[in-house]
Amino acid sequence: MLNTNEDETMRIELQDIHKYYGPVRANNGVSLTIASGEIHGILGENGAGKSTLMKILSGFIHATKGTILIDACPVKFENPAQASLMGIGMLYQDPLDFPFLTVLDNFMLGLTDGLSVQADQFRNQLNELSASFGFQVNPDIPVQRLTIGERQQLEILRLLGLGIEVLVLDEPTTGISAVQKQLLFQALKKLAADGKSVILVSHKLEDVEALCDRVTVLRYGAVTGAMESPFDTGMLLKMMFGAPPSQPLRKAAQSGSSVLEMKQVYASGGRSGLKDCSITFRQGEMIGLAGLEGSGQGVFLRVASGMQKPALGEISLRGARIKGGAFPAFRQAGAAFLPASRLEEGLIPGLTLTEHYALQNKSSKFLIPWAQAYQQAQKCINLFRIKGQPQTFVQTLSGGNQQRLLLSFLPDKPKLLLLENPTRGLDLESAHWVWQRLCNYADRKVCIVFASSELDEILMVANRVLVFFDGSIIKDVKADETDADELGRAIAGKCD
Amino acid sequence: MPTLHFIATTMISDLNLTILFASVIAGAAPVVIAAIGETITEKAGIINLSLDGTILLSAMTAFAVAYETDSLLLGFGAAGIVGACVAGIVALFSIYLGQSQVAVGFVLTLMCRDLAYFLGNPYSRLQGPQASPLPLPFLKEIPFLGTVFCNHNLPVYLSLALIFISWQYIYRTSYGLKLRSVGENPEASFVRGINPRKIQLTYALCGGFLVGISGAVFSLAIKPGWGRPQGAEGVGWIALALVIFGGWHPIRAAAGAYFFSFLQVIGIHAQTWLPNAPAQVFQVAPFPLMIFTLVLMHLAQKEAVLNWTEEKAWLRTLIRMFSGTAPQSLGKTEISN
Repeated sequence: MLNTNEDETMRIELQDIHKYYGPVRANNGVSLTIASGEIHGILGENGAGKSTLMKILSGFIHATKGTILIDACPVKFENPAQASLMGIGMLYQDPLDFPFLTVLDNFMLGLTDGLSVQADQFRNQLNELSASFGFQVNPDIPVQRLTIGERQQLEILRLLGLGIEVLVLDEPTTGISAVQKQLLFQALKKLAADGKSVILVSHKLEDVEALCDRVTVLRYGAVTGAMESPFDTGMLLKMMFGAPPSQPLRKAAQSGSSVLEMKQVYASGGRSGLKDCSITFRQGEMIGLAGLEGSGQGVFLRVASGMQKPALGEISLRGARIKGGAFPAFRQAGAAFLPASRLEEGLIPGLTLTEHYALQNKSSKFLIPWAQAYQQAQKCINLFRIKGQPQTFVQTLSGGNQQRLLLSFLPDKPKLLLLENPTRGLDLESAHWVWQRLCNYADRKVCIVFASSELDEILMVANRVLVFFDGSIIKDVKADETDADELGRAIAGKCD
Repeated sequence: MPTLHFIATTMISDLNLTILFASVIAGAAPVVIAAIGETITEKAGIINLSLDGTILLSAMTAFAVAYETDSLLLGFGAAGIVGACVAGIVALFSIYLGQSQVAVGFVLTLMCRDLAYFLGNPYSRLQGPQASPLPLPFLKEIPFLGTVFCNHNLPVYLSLALIFISWQYIYRTSYGLKLRSVGENPEASFVRGINPRKIQLTYALCGGFLVGISGAVFSLAIKPGWGRPQGAEGVGWIALALVIFGGWHPIRAAAGAYFFSFLQVIGIHAQTWLPNAPAQVFQVAPFPLMIFTLVLMHLAQKEAVLNWTEEKAWLRTLIRMFSGTAPQSLGKTEISN
């Protein structure tokens, strides 16, 4: 085992790493060096091979070819536990923890051995560690009651408890609030100042620019460039995409007739429920819903789409009263909903693209018109540029392609589109494509309502912004009359 | 035709509470052991559905081995090994061959039962060895509790000890924590340096061993001897149901086993109170009653019921005591590794 002494530095070199999955080359000769005490960004769009590379470094998967050197000493990890013994720990994109065990159990697992558990000792260690980073974790509640951000914090504390020197984070800013992101970045900076290395894997330029000392850009499984801070955004984009994509533009709000009207609607669900919501949406409006995760946006979208029955209040669609929770009636009236969890709520894992289109088909024939469904699948694959075949199972599609598939299911002439985090986990190119597509709808006077945890995104495309706090709408402004600062304060509950 | 008066008097004279509870504790022993064995297996994420067949096969094995060797210990040992082997088949097929645990377990249920009847034919209706009573000195003198808990044979003490030991092991030790972690998320366990396959196989074997012991308790202690039917038929399914409705907690599963045993004992008494009713009714009645009770308890976890109990504090605590969630990876066959 390597001696991970306090004042010793740890230098990691990846040399000519290759990883093949059948004919797919996820990593194709990647070499890079990470010095101790630095925050090193690995930038690239989804599918560029970032996660694969980091999973090789953390021992989760094995490289087809190539060597890892720690302080010029070649190492080979059989499993992640060996890597963490050597001081390398990874925070995976989907948290690899135990939702039904308590926070303390999660923290102890992998640290303890033997018949007896010194629970008190670990409780103290956990409390001390979390206090030193300003995290607040209650050791005795089950992990499922934590937010994604808190689960990340717990995982970081656990890895530090293992005594790791190099912390790898895979897309850590996806799905966490701005406040938690700030806390996370502070913690990472503190770690780097203590001489530990941090590797941040991200497709978000802003994260990398805000945090990293050095960046390596990957594209199609190979390194396309590296840069030291301060960064040249244009250059980075060029390394990521070849040519930088253009930004979609915010459209001016058109005033039309009312599409959705809510009067004093209350509903339960989420962390805060929905309280006293009265709102009117008009044709051609593009409305962004901001707020911390679970502040009522999700419930709002589900009530507005007829998926959930409100406890109290009136809802009108296109001027006519409608019974809350009557999903078919909402659909008839032209409301369509796109949930955030694509595989859980949107698609059916285990069915192919063709089968999804066959399900979509309204014909009540006894036998499935396979030929027709197949043709439609083929048509939509071309039209929506989905990287897949009609016979592909949906769960094997990438996040971006799953979202394209979901968009292809939207009705041709909707009146009201409700979207929950439509670009979460998508690379820039796919996100850009999604927004272009949605803007087309807006041009046809469709009212679009979307929730997003990215303020920048909301300010980029929306022409009206609603801020949710603790289940209520505490701000309702035109996008060109506000800015990120004001919205950020409102998200935290401070409204002036 | 018995008059109401007659029924009432016989009930009172017949029902000695001390003896009633003692026989509930004794009768529940094999069900407790089987339910705890299955709880341990399922905590690791493996469903061993073959309980009903395994119990019969191991009961037959226990009796045959004890009869031939005249050693109760060998009988119990052989039954445990048979139980472990059957559970091992389920685990191996699932972990290494990616086969459905439910399908394999179900086929094994039927196969083990028929195998037990077929192989056990020569031992049918024979007088064989059986566990003798072993009152605990001094302790059995304690009024009421002494007779209820300390005047039994060894397997019954084993069942009582097992409840406490398994509870402490699962929730208080590092090994227990690892066991639970594998049942919740094998992939995350792997990242933490645990070998999920090894853990699953180990605890499937342990759980299976206990199920085998439970079979031996039937043929060597509770319903001594072998025959067709043996009297243990259907108990495996009850044990499986107890694991689920007990929320994968050994104490709650054991509590269910005692309730089932109580129903059975009451059934035997009821036969004398209502001599005109067909005897089969009292043998069969505990099964649907048990399932009905379990369903009632499970219904209590519905949101509407929970809202209704909001203001009834004692009911709410009662419901909380009986709620639990399944290990998240229970029954899943794919382990990426």
